[in-house]
Amino acid sequence: MKKYKEVFNELKRAALIPFFVIGDPDFDTSLEIVKAAIDAGADILELGIAFSDPIADGPTIQKADVRAMGAGMDIGKAKDFISKIKAYKDIPIGLLMYYNLVYQYGTEKFFADFAKAGTNSVLIADLSIDDADEVYEPARKAGLDTVFMVTPNTETQRAKRIAEKCSGFIYTVSLLGVTGGRETLSDMVKPLITRLKSLTDVPVCVGFGVSKPEHAVDLAKAGADGVIIGSKIVKIIEENLDNKQNAPAKVAEFIGQVKQALKQA
Amino acid sequence: MKYDGRFGQFGGCYVPEVLIPALEEIEQAFYKYYKDENFVADLDALYREYAGRPTPLYYATRFSKLVGFKVYIKREDLLHGGAHKVNNCLGQGLLAKYMGKTKLIAETGAGQHGLATSMIGALLGMETKIFMGTVDIERQSVNVHKMKLCGAEVVPVEGGTATLKDAINEALRYWTANVTDTFYLFGTACGPHPYPTVVKYFQSCIGTEARAQCLEKIGKLPDIVTACVGGGSNAIGIFSAFYNDKDVKLVGVEPAGKGLDTGKHAAPLMAGSPGILHGTRMYLMQDEEGQILDTESISAGLDYPGVGPEHCLLKDSGRAEYVAVDDEAVLDIFDIFTKCEGILPALESSHALAWVYSQKGKLPADATVVVNLSGRGDKDVGIVEKHRPTRTKTQTNTD
Ligand SMILES: Cc1ncc(COP(=O)(O)O)c(C=O)c1O
Repeated sequence: MKKYKEVFNELKRAALIPFFVIGDPDFDTSLEIVKAAIDAGADILELGIAFSDPIADGPTIQKADVRAMGAGMDIGKAKDFISKIKAYKDIPIGLLMYYNLVYQYGTEKFFADFAKAGTNSVLIADLSIDDADEVYEPARKAGLDTVFMVTPNTETQRAKRIAEKCSGFIYTVSLLGVTGGRETLSDMVKPLITRLKSLTDVPVCVGFGVSKPEHAVDLAKAGADGVIIGSKIVKIIEENLDNKQNAPAKVAEFIGQVKQALKQA
Repeated sequence: MKYDGRFGQFGGCYVPEVLIPALEEIEQAFYKYYKDENFVADLDALYREYAGRPTPLYYATRFSKLVGFKVYIKREDLLHGGAHKVNNCLGQGLLAKYMGKTKLIAETGAGQHGLATSMIGALLGMETKIFMGTVDIERQSVNVHKMKLCGAEVVPVEGGTATLKDAINEALRYWTANVTDTFYLFGTACGPHPYPTVVKYFQSCIGTEARAQCLEKIGKLPDIVTACVGGGSNAIGIFSAFYNDKDVKLVGVEPAGKGLDTGKHAAPLMAGSPGILHGTRMYLMQDEEGQILDTESISAGLDYPGVGPEHCLLKDSGRAEYVAVDDEAVLDIFDIFTKCEGILPALESSHALAWVYSQKGKLPADATVVVNLSGRGDKDVGIVEKHRPTRTKTQTNTD
């Protein structure tokens, strides 16, 4: 199974990491979309399991969660989805989710079962480094990499502590706020990348608000090892709900553009 | 964080990283100021002169006669704004001011916390935004008008069931984007650390007063202290003074909505299981995978799928007992109590009264019960009228 480390070592440029809500707008379409994203050049996948109360997400991903749940998504199907993706291509997969779903499943069992399905890491949006004890050991035991978030307001000593607990990459939140497309990059992100690069060798992947090929290029130039694009891509799915068979191609087209831009950067 | 904010296995601070610095700052400020001489003096003056503390402990003569034992009412309904919420809002608002914050946000269900925050926003000259579900905006419209009159902006929230939980989601989202200058004035003894501790502290005046009033007025401690439980702030505020009085039974009353067996309720202590939402581990209404369930209660202020972590511990330790009463019993008691005493109880507080009424014939005549009347029911007259239209003729009782 491909590790994050291998991907970052192989790449001479920033990794392209699209985010999807598993099962948005429905299981089969979602599977086609993610496969198309892989074919278009995704280096790593970030996948979300829909939650009823996603407090770290803006309207675009909230709506995707509602669509996925409305179409019958559940934990078992999410696991199945990951296995199917892994059977299609051995690409690293990070899960991004809310704690209660992991907790109810049983943290150790969740990590073990999802590691077996082909997951590389499970990032819990509402669990900070202060409670890392609840997930760190179980994750390592299951053979998962660990990923935690830093934000522009994380002070440096704390960022260092966070970096020490990250084995896959550091999920670097570009701005103060929830997920959602933005016209421009936050002016907080470049200083944050610089700060993190001086603290750690763990790859720095930047997400939240990244919406355009130019954003990806700017972040790569600022030193990011990966760019995570979520809401912008989920929005493309939303825009094609009337003709969902078009969604895979549209998503692939956008991912292709970002990939091209990153290659030329 | 200096403390972990745990109550046994419950509590904690399960929030996205971006909120940690803001919560840390509140924790730090709270422990710096809560015993600070100036802060205490300022808060005390506001409690007395702005809010109307201390509130009386009132012996409900006719209601006592009706139920057959002694019922005392802690009159939080008499406070400025019409509910206990002002205690917490003055405390946290003053804290925000001492911290140099200029903007307040809050969630609200019944609108009582939103109103109290709006009042304090006006009082302290702070820009105030209140997040409120559209369903609650509709059913508690009087409070919405009052908030706006105080100068607050009321932000309608659509998601989920468009009630309290969804308002909290949206307030948290807004806060993540505005953490630097905005103070989130959380309305109940729930949510991430340090809120359960902070809110309990600012509401503990209820219990401290009530306990002293019992000793002075009745000459002894009561047998039972009861309060309604939404997030749990008015209940923890009165319970906490009696923790060490082992003979005083503490009874928290949750909303059974259409009935516990229908699933249409908001009673996580009665029918939920431990889980994590809004920053804390608590009893929670959820499905087997951990998705949060829709709640239902006639009272907007109790219509929430979780409950403060300290109540969860009190339940597990057995120090407090939790019960639930349904919407019909609440509507009944609203009418009965108002006719008995000429006091309109908030639908939230009516839950506690309804449980007391259910003890008719079960408690001895010398039993003494203190009920925390957390708020007044003026805001609920429309809802009650809708469910139980009053007879139009004024004098037709011939029986
Ligand atoms: C009058 C009144 N009582 C009780 C509550 C419930 O809150 P808590 O359980 O925090 O006291 C509310 C909430 O809006 C309220 O307005």
